[in-house]
Amino acid sequence: MKIGFIRLILQRPYLVMLSIILVVAGLGYGAQNLYFRGDYKVFFGEENPQLNGFETMQKVFNKNDNVSIILAPKSGHVFEAESLELVYKLTEASWQTPYSTRVDSITNYQHTEAEEDDLIVEDLLLDPADLNASKIAKIKQAALAEPMLLNRLVSDRGHVTMINITVQLPELDKNQEVLDVTAFVRQIAAEYQTLYPDIDIHLAGIVMMNNSFQEEANGDAQTLIPGMFLAILIMLAVLLRSMLGMLATLMVIICSIVATLGGAGWAGFFMSTPTINVPVLVMTLAVADCVHIIASMNYNLRQGMDKLLAIENALDINIVPIFITSATTAIGFLTFNFSDVPPLRDLGNMVAWGVMLAFALSVILLPALLTVLPVRRPKQSEKTGFMESFADWVIAKRTPVLLVSTLVIVGLTAFVPLNKANDIAVEYFDERVKFRQASDFMDENLMGVSTIDFAIDAGESNGVNKPEFIKVVSDFTDWLRGQEVVDHVYSLSDTFKRLNKNLHGDDDTYYRIPADHELAAQYLLMYEMSLPYGLDLNNQLNIDKSAIRITVTMDNIGSKEVIAMEDAVNVWFANNAPQYSVTAASPTLMFGHIGERNMSSMLIGTSIAMVLISVLLIIALRSWKLGIISILPNMIPAGMGFGFWALYSSNINLGLSVVTSMSLGIVVDDTVHFLAKYKRARMAGKNAEDAVRYAFASVGRALWITTLVLVSGFMVLAQSAFALNGNMGLLTAVIILLALAVDFLFLPAFLILTDKKEYVTEGKTNDSVTKEQLA
Amino acid sequence: MTQSLKNNLLKTIVLGSLIATVPLTALAQTAQEKGLAIAKERKLRDTGWGSSEQNMLMILRNAQGEESEREMRSKNLEVSNDGDKGLTVFDKPFDVKGTAFLSFSHINKPDDQWLYLPALKRVKRIASRNKSGPFMGSEFAYEDLSSFEIAKYTFTHLRDEACPEQPDLQCFVLESIPTDKYSGYTKQIAWIDQSDYRVQKVDYFDRKKSLLKTLISSDFKLYKKKYWRPLTMTVTNHQTGKSTVLKTSEIKFDVGLTDKDFNKNTLKRIR
Repeated sequence: MKIGFIRLILQRPYLVMLSIILVVAGLGYGAQNLYFRGDYKVFFGEENPQLNGFETMQKVFNKNDNVSIILAPKSGHVFEAESLELVYKLTEASWQTPYSTRVDSITNYQHTEAEEDDLIVEDLLLDPADLNASKIAKIKQAALAEPMLLNRLVSDRGHVTMINITVQLPELDKNQEVLDVTAFVRQIAAEYQTLYPDIDIHLAGIVMMNNSFQEEANGDAQTLIPGMFLAILIMLAVLLRSMLGMLATLMVIICSIVATLGGAGWAGFFMSTPTINVPVLVMTLAVADCVHIIASMNYNLRQGMDKLLAIENALDINIVPIFITSATTAIGFLTFNFSDVPPLRDLGNMVAWGVMLAFALSVILLPALLTVLPVRRPKQSEKTGFMESFADWVIAKRTPVLLVSTLVIVGLTAFVPLNKANDIAVEYFDERVKFRQASDFMDENLMGVSTIDFAIDAGESNGVNKPEFIKVVSDFTDWLRGQEVVDHVYSLSDTFKRLNKNLHGDDDTYYRIPADHELAAQYLLMYEMSLPYGLDLNNQLNIDKSAIRITVTMDNIGSKEVIAMEDAVNVWFANNAPQYSVTAASPTLMFGHIGERNMSSMLIGTSIAMVLISVLLIIALRSWKLGIISILPNMIPAGMGFGFWALYSSNINLGLSVVTSMSLGIVVDDTVHFLAKYKRARMAGKNAEDAVRYAFASVGRALWITTLVLVSGFMVLAQSAFALNGNMGLLTAVIILLALAVDFLFLPAFLILTDKKEYVTEGKTNDSVTKEQLA
Repeated sequence: MTQSLKNNLLKTIVLGSLIATVPLTALAQTAQEKGLAIAKERKLRDTGWGSSEQNMLMILRNAQGEESEREMRSKNLEVSNDGDKGLTVFDKPFDVKGTAFLSFSHINKPDDQWLYLPALKRVKRIASRNKSGPFMGSEFAYEDLSSFEIAKYTFTHLRDEACPEQPDLQCFVLESIPTDKYSGYTKQIAWIDQSDYRVQKVDYFDRKKSLLKTLISSDFKLYKKKYWRPLTMTVTNHQTGKSTVLKTSEIKFDVGLTDKDFNKNTLKRIR
């Protein structure tokens, strides 16, 4: 049947090409259904508890998506006429930001003070024309004394200030809304930057982060995909030395990508920053398939076979191994479905589908193309001998090789426990990205960008006005401020104390919690009636006044510390105020939890991938023993890779959580090829040394080539400024390279030293099967 | 469609709109005059009511569907040649019970506002230009509830159309731009029915000229055979998904209130 299928392709190449092109076009038409979601929420499934908690809190209090405009005067002084004037003007301009509902700055801060029996509530800087030395001094004194402002809107040194724009995105076309906000804010920032060249302006905040997800996806699509094409062209030119072979491979790659994305479109997938690199991955894996077939064909041609026969034979000996390696790769990617992160599941499914498509296209479209194209006999002959002498060296030095390689393996793998799951959304963008630079600047000079919102529920209407509740909030606020990682706490207890003082003629001794419930309620009522549009308390109070929201800003700490903070808060409430319920929510917390949860579910996924792939290898190799031995070279590279990672970075983000199962599916290919040849030789009656020599001679070079192709492909991915993609690419490339080393050093030495028993030679009936499988 | 056909169509449209603009520009003056005339008629039809008392219930809802209530009683006194005077006593939430809010609206200067805080036993003047913030945490701003005065806006009559909530009635659509720079709005668009000059609906636009919220007035009732009062007013905030329903009941006219009843010195005695 196989031969019949191959002959059909070779005899009717045009028909085959036409049908393939129709199928690919039909699938490709689905690509128009693809749309892009560049928004951090894509990382969380609809049932994600932290996302739901966050959404609920956003509905009870107002949404707090924001843009932070950070101003850093070169003079180092915010409290100067020029700087304050810029803050004032930018604050005014910021109100024009699309979807903005609130703008907070040191100039529009609603300063309260007593004046006889009046409560004055007024912008800290009402009119820049008022700016003179005494006004500036007054603003400085008020701002630096105000806990709402200090270390949030102005640094304690008074050298950096921030304008915070809160937006309520309607979320009808979220990408466009984010782009609109970003475009506007960038435009005013650029305008004022030219007017005030001595004050640096940086842009950070959730909206800018979402914008960066889009921009980096765009950047990847515009640089990595063409970069990958370029890398492939170079590799093919070097490896195949055939223009037409290169052309045929390119056709296969392009068809694979079109069909993959189109099929994904039909299936209702959307694109996101992680899945934008599906084409790069599919390309990488498709090239490997084509290289095997074309290399075999060239070999046959050099042996003097005629072209059709050369193609037929190349297909015949490669079709099963390529199928097996594609299937193991697909299994590796399919186990992404264990992930808790929807775009990673999508990535796995899309690449798995793409890998199988690439397999089909390289055994159907590629031979048809090769048949039609005027392929010439390659002149240069392959350099032979290197692999053989390398084999001799390994065989001769097998004991030291095994010893040293085992030591290196154990030594490197021992570092694995140093890795820790760490998902900090800001750090998904590397230092090349402007948003990351702005966030780092903000972290170093003003406050961090990790926040947690805590809703404290008093359990009864208007309970927030009770002195005992305010006391708990105040104690909690003090406790938070005592934590080392905490930069700022936005708490209503400060407002209550300040109002109490203001309404007692600004007497500092009254800077304390109002004496009774009614007093607190009436102060708050009066204050609320004095506030202007957009600066109300609705972002801190629910409508029933039964709960308040406290926002804690922290240094850019890791996910473990974020979760630890949440736990510590729960413990604090259990010990100090069990009568009130506290809930935590924020994007920071969402990323903290998803990293942990995803890690444990991917551990299950990886184990299942390992079992499935091992079973597949046992079947493919038709040997329990070799199947079990293969587990070593399949698993060791990932262990070493993560050991390397512990030394290199030690932060495991969502992208890295899938690397083990992905790389497993890929590195297994080397093992399959090597062990298949080894077994073939053993079955032919050779001893382990000769079988190793045979395996090196027949697949050594092919393994070099595919490793080179795969490593190059993943190194292209590693160039992404989006760390989820970049780190995944880098670590996978390292693991693939290590896998080759393991297969070339550890595995042969291990086989020679352990696999001494002679193989029972099977009957001739199995010969053809063995030949097919082992080629 | 061919390119030339497209071009022709485009020319027709451009030319057509040029011709259409000619009478519009000629009307521009009158659109403002007409707007002013409608506003004056509205004010005129609501003049002479003297004084009134009513109970008010506010029901606040947030985007999560939670509800909260506020209750208050208010007294109003019509003042000729200036804004009206108002006195509101809060009954619910219970922790602000007895808090009394006195306001003197003015036509050409910021309103005077005082608050009596029973817990502090003091009258405090609210010395703020701000009147655009939420009233009692609701979607109403103080400026939405204060008396309507011609001088607070510039008007433009936009068009006539069927009233949005009552299609059997014909409405004037009137644009009002606040003259006070401390207003929370850049403009309001009101639908005023042509038969009785009742404000049926108002769209409020924020500083960046986006639609912020919509007020729908309903359950109109006629008092003293002349004065219409909506018993239900619903404001929906389009940006936050919050809403507030204001229900007025037990409206009484001719209750004999005078200036003496609206005095900051007598605020403390109000209960």
